[in-house]
Amino acid sequence: MGRVHSIQSLGTVDGPGVRCVVFMQGCPLRCGYCHNPDTWDLAGGEELSVDEVFRRVKRLQPYFKNGGGLTVSGGEPLLQEAFTAELFSRCREAGIHTCLDTSGCIFTKDTEALLAVTDLVLLDIKMTTDEEYREYIGCPMAGPLRFWDELEKRGIPVWVRQVIVPGLNDTAENIARLSALLAGRRNVERVQLLPFKKICAAKYQNLGLPFRFEGYPHCPEETVSRLEAMLEGDRL
Amino acid sequence: MVQWNGFQGEKWKNEIDVRDFIQQNFTAYDGDGSFLCGPTERTSLLMKRLNTLLQMEKEFGGVLDIDTTTVSSLTNYAPGYLDKERELIVGLQTNRPLKRGVNPFGGIRMARQACEAYGYKLSDKIEDEFQYRTTHNDGVFRVYTDDMKKARHAGVITGLPDAYGRGRIIGDYRRVALYGVDRLIEEKKKDKAEIGRGLMDTDTIRQSEELFQQINFLGKLKEMAAMYGYDISAPASNAREAIQWLYFGYLAANKEQNGAAMSLGRTSTFLDIYIQRDLQNGVLTEEEAQELMDDFVMKLRMARHLRTPDYNELFGGDPMWITESVGGVGEDGRPLVTKNSFRVLNTLYNLGPAPEPNLTVLWSEKLPRHFKEFCAKVSIDTDSIQYENDDLMRPSYGDDYGIACCVSAMKIGKQMQFFGARCNLPKLLLLALNGGHDQLSGTDLGPQMPPYEDEYLDYGKVMARFDAYRDWLCNLYVNTMNVIHYMHDKYAYEKIQMALHDTDVHRFMAFGVAGLSVITDSLSAIKYGKVKVVRDKQGYICDFETSGDFPKYGNDDDRADSLAREMLTAVIASLRRTPAYRGAEHTLSVLTITSNVMYGKKTGATPDGRQKGEPFAPGANPMHDRDASGALASLNSVAKMPYDCCRDGISNTFSIIPQALGSSDPERVDNLVTILDGYFSQDAHHVNINVLNREKLIDAYNHPELYPNLTIRVSGYAVNFVKLSRDQQQEVIRRTFHSFQ
Repeated sequence: MGRVHSIQSLGTVDGPGVRCVVFMQGCPLRCGYCHNPDTWDLAGGEELSVDEVFRRVKRLQPYFKNGGGLTVSGGEPLLQEAFTAELFSRCREAGIHTCLDTSGCIFTKDTEALLAVTDLVLLDIKMTTDEEYREYIGCPMAGPLRFWDELEKRGIPVWVRQVIVPGLNDTAENIARLSALLAGRRNVERVQLLPFKKICAAKYQNLGLPFRFEGYPHCPEETVSRLEAMLEGDRL
Repeated sequence: MVQWNGFQGEKWKNEIDVRDFIQQNFTAYDGDGSFLCGPTERTSLLMKRLNTLLQMEKEFGGVLDIDTTTVSSLTNYAPGYLDKERELIVGLQTNRPLKRGVNPFGGIRMARQACEAYGYKLSDKIEDEFQYRTTHNDGVFRVYTDDMKKARHAGVITGLPDAYGRGRIIGDYRRVALYGVDRLIEEKKKDKAEIGRGLMDTDTIRQSEELFQQINFLGKLKEMAAMYGYDISAPASNAREAIQWLYFGYLAANKEQNGAAMSLGRTSTFLDIYIQRDLQNGVLTEEEAQELMDDFVMKLRMARHLRTPDYNELFGGDPMWITESVGGVGEDGRPLVTKNSFRVLNTLYNLGPAPEPNLTVLWSEKLPRHFKEFCAKVSIDTDSIQYENDDLMRPSYGDDYGIACCVSAMKIGKQMQFFGARCNLPKLLLLALNGGHDQLSGTDLGPQMPPYEDEYLDYGKVMARFDAYRDWLCNLYVNTMNVIHYMHDKYAYEKIQMALHDTDVHRFMAFGVAGLSVITDSLSAIKYGKVKVVRDKQGYICDFETSGDFPKYGNDDDRADSLAREMLTAVIASLRRTPAYRGAEHTLSVLTITSNVMYGKKTGATPDGRQKGEPFAPGANPMHDRDASGALASLNSVAKMPYDCCRDGISNTFSIIPQALGSSDPERVDNLVTILDGYFSQDAHHVNINVLNREKLIDAYNHPELYPNLTIRVSGYAVNFVKLSRDQQQEVIRRTFHSFQ
């Protein structure tokens, strides 16, 4: 059984094509900009069997014809590795593409089993320095980097993602550090910069939790395009 | 025939067979839209003039002008023009653009009220003339029983076509272009002579008189064209004539009938054959071909009927349902997509987005990829088109059918339908619970018994009651339709439209249901949750207290979805038990137009938690915001509704914000194509696609002047958002927009 926050039958921004996105419940991190604080509590959500989740994913297979499939996000799916691995292997058997959306902060023996049935990883490189990781995310940077190495070793394609928060990481320095991290990696298919948005503020209020990034402004689309161009320039 | 030079095939020459002509002569096109031309200076100039008139029409409260002294018919108005010097295709309903005619054949009272609603008075001349005439409406009310009147008054059956033209009949307007009118008259004369050789009984005498009228009106069609300087007795000889001849046929129908839906058929691939021949002969350029289509569509956008405010409450936004079916695949597997399929869609760019004509793409897995992508792009850019499943309809209707109104398929020129409005299922449930008492209007109707006695609703007991009332209503419903269509045939027969059908025509009687999601969720609440009744002082149930979780339609949950399926299966089976007028075949639709708002108003609180007066969801849509599992689960629920039981169509309106469809334009196009393929591969029937933000609609609600052309799809058709009533606008805004979680 797994603890699932929700299942979104149509996702088009978490991996290629048309996708079903399963949001797992529970996360060890406390990112300042997190837009799903309702997924933090490991005791929350709904308890569902792999059978049940797979049955719902399978119903959507007619829509997966343009490279789409299943994305497991969260929360942090690595907290429920066995469940996710089982779900992915059922999908693999059915010919459904599997994508893992993760922070990469955990790596255990079970992770290896999960990666064996994962077609693509959306890897959040949330910050570019260890200090920032510790301050805004709640873990050392070594975890995600180690995870990335493991993906590289196995030749699993990666989409690197980072949320851009104006006044925090919308700088040339940050992009330069990200470029450095990307340098030499052979398995990175895409790098996506995502604009920080505050539509989640209401969720924090409802949960009675402080929204640590309340004070930061929305990130304009132009900033993202500008930084993407900069990054593109660095990578050429 | 010199007009047929270069055309292949023999069968269509020997008998009236437009399909054979198309199959023998069309040029399939599997390329992209890069060949398309933008508007010419002439087109832009004409469109500017039309936009000015449309703006004035809006400022005048929705009606620019009414001719109150002339009864609308084929030759009763002097020729009218938008711009006589520049128009390529000519013909208006009255003598001036956007001026509306009066058509009292359906009912004089409705014509009178419509004039008065806009500050006009129906002339004494017409009033006098119709004193001595029986209208369709007069005939119906001579025969309506008390039960029929009560059901109509309480709103258990509503939207009945008993005071205006029934519509939904598609003349095969292509026949005018391919054969010329003389040949059509000749064939009808043969048919009439043939009937005279057999037994003359009620049926054959009626048919013989109808043929007399058809022949008479084909003559008037020629006269009408002659008034514009055209002789259409012979076939059209080039692309421009083909469009003009075809349009004259359609125009004549519109002058004669004010049917709710005056659909065009399936004309673009037919016309492509003429365009292609002219292009090959070097007498037409691509730019000129597009210009002809632009001009044709401009004419269609000027079609108008005069309606009452009551009517507008049912069918908001002044719709005409000039439905044109585009694409589809032939029985031999060749896609029927031609360059003209692209051209007709391209008018949405050249003339700007608009609700009419109601462009309907017949979707098939086998459509060329480029065409699918072009359609998806048009949807994303204009929110003006709808999609219907050709792979699902072709086995029943072949490859030369068209859509009437929103979702009603018919073989063109071979099948017609008796439009049957719809019955209100949630209201019927309340009626059953209160033992034949309509708590809202205070009327007693149907079988009388004591109200449901227990404190909590038991599924088995409720269904036993509901089944009894459903059978009562279905019988009453068929009988009511029989009265209406008998009288329509007698007093307002569609002479020109039926002249453009085979004499021996197959008839459908198309019934409908409203409130599918409300009745489904209500039954689910009773079955899986706990529903306590609340009674008024007289002991009638007036509200419900629902507790406990229950599955809701729209989440791909079989527990709820199967209740909806069973409901539809039971309704059609019950309807079939009462024979329909003229041997018609019973069909059923799940379609509301914008009447879901009005139906909601007329219905008390329901066990699903819906408040008294709250709008229903449109068509087969899940109730607003109850489809909590995202867009695809919602589509999957609707796809489960059985087309076998609902051969008149199952309408679904799907709205999604652009950001939820993908992060770039090419991705959005690719994803929309994939979603349509996935939806239709599961035997879903229809979908309207809107790609827009709710904020835009809210802004248009508050500042209508900034959005004169904002077009959106509602249940089965497209409207100018700003032309909807405030209630209808609010309902559209409230509707589920699929977005991120």
